[in-house]
Amino acid sequence: MSAPDRPSPQKASGNPPVLELRGLHTVFSSDQGPISVVDHVSLEVSTGETLAVVGESGSGKTMTFLSVLGLLPPGGRVAGGEVRFQGYDLTTLPPAKLRALRGAEVSMVFQDPLTALNPVFTVGDQLVDVIRAHTGDSRRAAKDRAVALLERVHIPHPQRRVNAYPHQLSGGMRQRVLIAMAIALHPKLLIADEPTTALDVTVQAQILELLDELRAELGMGMVLITHDLGLVGTHADRVAVMYAGRVVETAPVASGFARSRHPYTRSLYRSIPRLDTPPEAQLAAIEGLPPDLARLPAGCAFEPRCYLGRGREDCRRQRPPLVLAGDDEHRSACLHWQRMSPEGSQA
Amino acid sequence: MTAAGRDPAATLLRVEDLEKVFRSGSWLPGRRSDEVRAVDSVSFTLDAGETLSLVGETGSGKSTLGRLVLRLIDPTGGRIWLDGVDITALSRRQVRKLRRDVQMVFQDPYGSIDPRMKVGAVVAEPMIVHGTWRDDGPDRVRAVMRKVGLHEDHLDRYPHEFSGGQRQRIGIARAMALEPRLLVLDEPVSALDVSIQAQIINLLRELQRESRLGFLFIAHDLAVVRHVSDRVAVMYLGRVVEIGSRDDIFNSPAHPYTVSLLSAVPIPDVPRERLRQRVVLHGEIGSATRLPGGCRFHPRCYKARLVATRDAVAVVQHGDESLPRACVVDDPATVELAAGHRAACHFPERGPERSETARSAVVFSGRGG
Repeated sequence: MSAPDRPSPQKASGNPPVLELRGLHTVFSSDQGPISVVDHVSLEVSTGETLAVVGESGSGKTMTFLSVLGLLPPGGRVAGGEVRFQGYDLTTLPPAKLRALRGAEVSMVFQDPLTALNPVFTVGDQLVDVIRAHTGDSRRAAKDRAVALLERVHIPHPQRRVNAYPHQLSGGMRQRVLIAMAIALHPKLLIADEPTTALDVTVQAQILELLDELRAELGMGMVLITHDLGLVGTHADRVAVMYAGRVVETAPVASGFARSRHPYTRSLYRSIPRLDTPPEAQLAAIEGLPPDLARLPAGCAFEPRCYLGRGREDCRRQRPPLVLAGDDEHRSACLHWQRMSPEGSQA
Repeated sequence: MTAAGRDPAATLLRVEDLEKVFRSGSWLPGRRSDEVRAVDSVSFTLDAGETLSLVGETGSGKSTLGRLVLRLIDPTGGRIWLDGVDITALSRRQVRKLRRDVQMVFQDPYGSIDPRMKVGAVVAEPMIVHGTWRDDGPDRVRAVMRKVGLHEDHLDRYPHEFSGGQRQRIGIARAMALEPRLLVLDEPVSALDVSIQAQIINLLRELQRESRLGFLFIAHDLAVVRHVSDRVAVMYLGRVVEIGSRDDIFNSPAHPYTVSLLSAVPIPDVPRERLRQRVVLHGEIGSATRLPGGCRFHPRCYKARLVATRDAVAVVQHGDESLPRACVVDDPATVELAAGHRAACHFPERGPERSETARSAVVFSGRGG
């Protein structure tokens, strides 16, 4: 469908936040002592809006939201900060209470739809399990709801497909089943972690459209975790860029993001080949490698690779805080964002 | 890199009517064996110093085609020439010699390197195996390492000490060790982080400029493909449905599948992206075990649906929609639309009509999948 048809949020910024992270700090224990994988992250998601969280592997984008849901792998723990959701602080909620919220009020869609489904049960069985775990529905009523849900995510012949096993469905269909499961109880917040990375590009477009449609109709807040900058433009209202466990820039997609105010974001945009820029040009690769989280520099984590700050004394000495940069919705964690040329991201 | 008039003497690789059929399931008594036509009468040429990309979705046969060219698997039909020499029916010993000229770079730099070998040994191994190791071996290893941007003191380290991007450099160094003529690159950057992809793409271009290597570049990321390619072949369920220069494919795509594929790629530029029209395809690629009759793309094609309602063509009723008879009954032949630009479609997109039909295709978008 044409891009302008994307269902718009009900004036996202005016809505109350459905999720609020305040200084979230998550550590993993290691031989070298605790490693901060999520380093004092503050973010919020409003009802009806999509926040895209962008970053490379190891940037902490997935760990942030596994912390939110209390699903950290062994060795990881939340060491500080708050996660405000529905009037609760999820970091201090008793496990049973958190379990009741998870899957009902807040749910998650993962990257790989094959491993997220149990191969020995039909998709109907698995949907019925989710529904009955959170409601008093009879098996029969839950099955009817499962069929309605499959129809809701545009799976053809839902009456028949409800009895199918995961291996009998294509990758795109399986992802639709997982989305059906995630929205089964009308959550207030849906977290989609790389939901289309394992899918082909034509199927990716279908799935993202489905998520947009559901978000608008159900009025959910949505978090879209992705490494693909291309998706941000059409499928998000605001974007947060993460690097080495920290949020380095947040901005509304429509107004500010084309004029990035953090050197990492701008370099990332310049380094990717695009369909709308001259193909002959040498790609502006970012030199060096992402930092080792166990040996983070004292100052800005991006300083050693930064075209603007490399070698600067202040960048090496102090960790730049995330501060307002220019207008009231654009934040940057760069000491020198004002030195950046005002040009857009397309160099 | 390649002039419009192709010089037959420069042809490095030629593939004609190449076919690979896999059979499966026949061990079960009383069950018919399944046939998978993974590669179905594919023809193309590749010049020295040129990059030809194979693009398509999962199941399009692009990786199988790469493995056929490497002679890792045997074709069931057709011919392959390297430098004018027929390599279709080489013996095992001859295939080993062929490896000096044709090397491969894999997607997963973790899985393709022996974790117990030091990097120096990883790069030297092909020289030793192929008997080209002389007294100057260590110098040659160091030279290759430098070429791919690795440091000399990396030689004594183990692969696990390197990041993904560095490991891909090791994979490329190993492939370059025998000074091949042709590299088959199977998704060489898709496992890498965005900031590292650009480094590897730039490196590959440099290597190609220096030694006139031919690249057969297999990838699904169309933005990357546009950046690295001289020519592009678009595959769908085993067939090359369109082939042409980079500009043919990206600026004047003729096959409706190419048009749809391009329109599905998001552009990381908000104002431009929001103005784009998008064709959303019906359903998914399907399976090469049960090829649809007629044109294999017709179940998903927006153009067939448009032509059936707009033009005076013979139609057949298909469920609740009508489709042109030709699309449902005849497998389209590959026809030349312009010099070097070929497509296999009964109703290819041409000229100004292209944008008009792609726009109306929006009507058919949405559901499916």
